[in-house]
Amino acid sequence: MKTFAALYTAIDQTTKTSAKVAAMREYFRTAPDADKIWTIALFSGRRPKRAVTTTQLRDWAAEAAGVPLWLLEESYPIVGDLAETIALVLPPPARTTDRPLHHWIEALRALHVASVEDRRLAILSAWDQLSVTERFLFNKLITGGFRIGISRKLMTRALAQASGQDESVLAHRLMGDWSPDSIGYSALVEAEETAAPDSRPYPFYLAYQLEAEPEALGDPADWQAEWKWDGIRAQLILRGGTHFVWSRGEELMTDRFPELARATDFIPPGTVLDGEIVAWKDGVPLPFARLQPRIGRKTVPKALLRDAPVILLAYDLLEQDGTDLRDSPLAERRARLDALMRSLPPDAPVRPSPAIPFGDWPTLAATRAEARAEMAEGVMLKRRASPYLAGRKKGDWWKWKLDPMTVDAVLIYAQQGHGRRANLFTDFTFAVWNGNDLVPFTKAYSGLTDEEFRQITAWVRRNTVQRFGPVRQVTPEHVFEIAFEGIQPSPRHKSGIALRFPRMVRWRHDKPIQEANTLDDLKKLLDAH
Amino acid sequence: MTPVLRATDRGLYCAAGDFFIDPWRPVDRALITHGHSDHARSGHGRYLCTRAAAPVLRHRLGDIRVETLPYGEERRIGDATVSFHPAGHLPGSAQIRVAVGGEVWVASGDYKTTPDGLCEPFEPVRCHSFITECTFGLPVFKWAPQPEVAAQINAWWAQAAGQGRFALLGAYSLGKAQRVLSLLDPGIGPVLTHGAVEATNAVLRAQGLPLPETTHVTPDTDLKARAGALVIAPPSALGSSWARRFGPATTAFASGWMALRGIRRRRAGDRGFVLSDHADWPGLLDAIRATGAETVYATHGYTEIFARYLNSAGWNAQPLLTEYGGEETEPESPA
Repeated sequence: MKTFAALYTAIDQTTKTSAKVAAMREYFRTAPDADKIWTIALFSGRRPKRAVTTTQLRDWAAEAAGVPLWLLEESYPIVGDLAETIALVLPPPARTTDRPLHHWIEALRALHVASVEDRRLAILSAWDQLSVTERFLFNKLITGGFRIGISRKLMTRALAQASGQDESVLAHRLMGDWSPDSIGYSALVEAEETAAPDSRPYPFYLAYQLEAEPEALGDPADWQAEWKWDGIRAQLILRGGTHFVWSRGEELMTDRFPELARATDFIPPGTVLDGEIVAWKDGVPLPFARLQPRIGRKTVPKALLRDAPVILLAYDLLEQDGTDLRDSPLAERRARLDALMRSLPPDAPVRPSPAIPFGDWPTLAATRAEARAEMAEGVMLKRRASPYLAGRKKGDWWKWKLDPMTVDAVLIYAQQGHGRRANLFTDFTFAVWNGNDLVPFTKAYSGLTDEEFRQITAWVRRNTVQRFGPVRQVTPEHVFEIAFEGIQPSPRHKSGIALRFPRMVRWRHDKPIQEANTLDDLKKLLDAH
Repeated sequence: MTPVLRATDRGLYCAAGDFFIDPWRPVDRALITHGHSDHARSGHGRYLCTRAAAPVLRHRLGDIRVETLPYGEERRIGDATVSFHPAGHLPGSAQIRVAVGGEVWVASGDYKTTPDGLCEPFEPVRCHSFITECTFGLPVFKWAPQPEVAAQINAWWAQAAGQGRFALLGAYSLGKAQRVLSLLDPGIGPVLTHGAVEATNAVLRAQGLPLPETTHVTPDTDLKARAGALVIAPPSALGSSWARRFGPATTAFASGWMALRGIRRRRAGDRGFVLSDHADWPGLLDAIRATGAETVYATHGYTEIFARYLNSAGWNAQPLLTEYGGEETEPESPA
C-alpha cells in the first residue's frame, strides 16, 4: 500500500494538473502490474465487491478507537468522508507493512467467504498495520468512490504517456465491461488487440452549453439541429447476436431496459447507436419523472414496464457492419442512420431523433421556444462536418437549452455538505407561501459561490431554530431565486410538485420573505407546462 | 449558590468581582486571556491581562487602559481573587483562575497542552469548575509531534527553494506565524513576511521573544535576489493580488483544520500542514482530568458533542454559549 499511498499523497499535495499527471505517469512506469491494473480500475470508477458493510466498519472502528459509536457518527458529517473519519479516529498502528495494493484487495475479496468474526479480525488487523493515509485508502477500497483529485481523463493521459499508447485508443480500451479479474495490465494497455470485447462502448462525445448567441456559430447550413431530450443518454451496442446498453456513466443498463432487446430483431449486428432513452407512449415522450422510477431498478416489475415503456431516440451511428464510423463527418453518419431507421417497423424500440429543419437562426430560435411542448429541454446544435470525438470538447457540439423557469423561495432548512463541502452548509430546503404557511417544495445544493456558501454557513449557525439530526431549521429570513428545467405533479411531495434540476441562481438580498412566490404560482407553472 | 462565572450576552461574568472575561460587547472591566481578536475586543473601560500579553493588546486595540499581572500572582477584585496561568496558546496567553469563597473556577481561554518551545507551557490549574474551549473537541483530531510537522514544512520549503520558487505559507499573524518561524531551518534560505505578520513580529521581538531574522516585503523588496525564500502571510493574503508578485509559487496553510481533507481541498493550497495552537482530543481530555474539576463547561467549538461525551465519561458537563471563534472552521481563525 506504500507505493499507492505515495501516489495518492503526490496527487493530494499539488493543485497543478501537470504535477498530478507526472506523478501518475511515474507510478505507471514503476508500480507492479497487479497494482497498476487495480489503480486503473479504481480511478475509472470500479471497485472490489463490498465484503464488509459500512455499518460494520463504523462499529469496529469505534471499538478499536475506544470511543462511543455515536461520537464517531457525529464526527462523520464534520469530516465529510467515512473512510477518512475512520482513518483519523483509530489509534496509531502498532506495525507497518510493505504489502502492496493488490494484496489488500485480494485480502478484502477473500472476506466474502469469511465469517463476520473473521471479517472483523481481518479489518482490525489491517488497520493496525497501516498508516493514516494507507488506512484512508484501504477504507476507500471498501466504501468506494475514489474521487481523490484525479479524473479518469487525466489518468488516461498519464497512462498513455507511460505506456506510449495513443490516448484516444486507450480511452476506448478502458471503456466497458472489464475487470482486473478478466484482464491483466499488459493485455488491457500494452498488447496489440486482436479482438475487442463485443460489449465495449465508445467514449461518449459530450457537448458544452452554448453561452453566446447562435449567430456566433456562423452559417446555419453548416449545422444540424435536434431536440435535446430529457432522458438517459445511452449507447446501444448490437454485436455478435446480442445487445448491450451503456449509460454515459459507463454503467451497463441492458437488463434495466428489456424493451431494447427487440432491437436485435430489426438491426443487424455490428451496429452501435448513440441516443437518448425516454419513456414513450402514443408517439410522444413522457416527462422525465415517469422514467425516473426505472433508473434505480435492476429488474423491472411488469406494472412499471406498462406504465413507462422506453425507446431509444437515436441521433448518431458510431458503428455499422462492425466498422468504426467516428472519424467520418456527422452528415455522413446521419445519412446512414436515417437509412437504417427507415427500414424499422413503427413498433421497433428504436426511433430516429429527427433533425429539425431550419434556414436561419431566428427560425431555429422560434422552434427552440416550443421545446417544452415537444417534451424537450431545448435543442442540440452539431456541426455537420464534425467527427464523433471522445469526452467533452468545445467547438462542434453545443446544447442550447431553454432558459430555466425561476421562482423566489425562502430558505427554511439547511444541512452540511460532504467532501470538499464538509463543514459548510450547502444543502438547502426551500419553501413558498401557501396562505400564511411556508410549504417546502424543493431542495437545492448548487449555484452559490464559495464566498456565499461561507456567508450563509455563518448565518445558519447563528440562526438555527431547531435541529433534526444533521438538518437545521433556520429562521425564515433569506430569499433565493431557484431555477429549474421542468416541473411535474408529484404525490410524494407535500407541495404536490417536483422540480427538475433545481439550483440557486441568486441570493435575493433585496427581497423580504413576504415577496417570495406562492404555491399557486407554482401550480400555474405546472398547468402551463 | 451563585455560580462564580456565568454566561451573559456580553461575555463571561463574575458577579462577586463585577468583571467580565473576554467580553464581546463593551464593559467596564475586562480580564483578557489573550490578544486574538475574538477574545480581546475594543471598547472596554479597563483591561487586565498578563504582562506578556499587554504589548500585543496595545498594538491591536490602540490607546486602552491596561493593567498587567505576572503569571501566578493573585489580585483581589471585589469579593473575587483572580490570577493568570499559562495556557500555552501563544506568548502571553493565560487561563484565568477565579476564586470566590472556597469555590474555584478556571476559564481556559484558548489553550494547547504540548509545549511549542516559544510560549509559556500550559499549566494545569486545580479547580471545581473548568470552562474549556473545544475547538478541536472531536476524536478525529490528534496532532503529530511538532518536530514531525517542522520537518514537513522544511522539506516542502527546501523543495521549492531547490526549484527557485517561493514557498508561500498562510499562517495567522499572531501566534501561528511566529511559531512557524521558530520551526524553520534558516539554512534553506531567507524568510519574508507580509506586513501584518511583520508588525506582530516587531511587537514580540521588542518584549524579548527570540525570533529569527525576517524581511518585510515592500514594493521595493528585490524579490529576484530572494528567489526560493519562504514567505509567511495571513491566510487571506494568499489568494489576493498581494501574492501574485511571487510568481508561480507553491502555497500552503498551517492550521489544525488542515487535518481534514475537505477543508484542505477547499483552501486550494498545494499543502496543508496540521499545526494548531489548540489542544487536540487527547490534549483536551488530559487537561480536563488534570484540573480535577467535577463540572465542565464547553465553549468555542463542537460544544454540544463534546459536552455529551464528557457526560458519558462521568463529568458533569454542559455547553456554554459564547461568541468566540465558535464553529468557524476556516483557517482565518487562529486555529
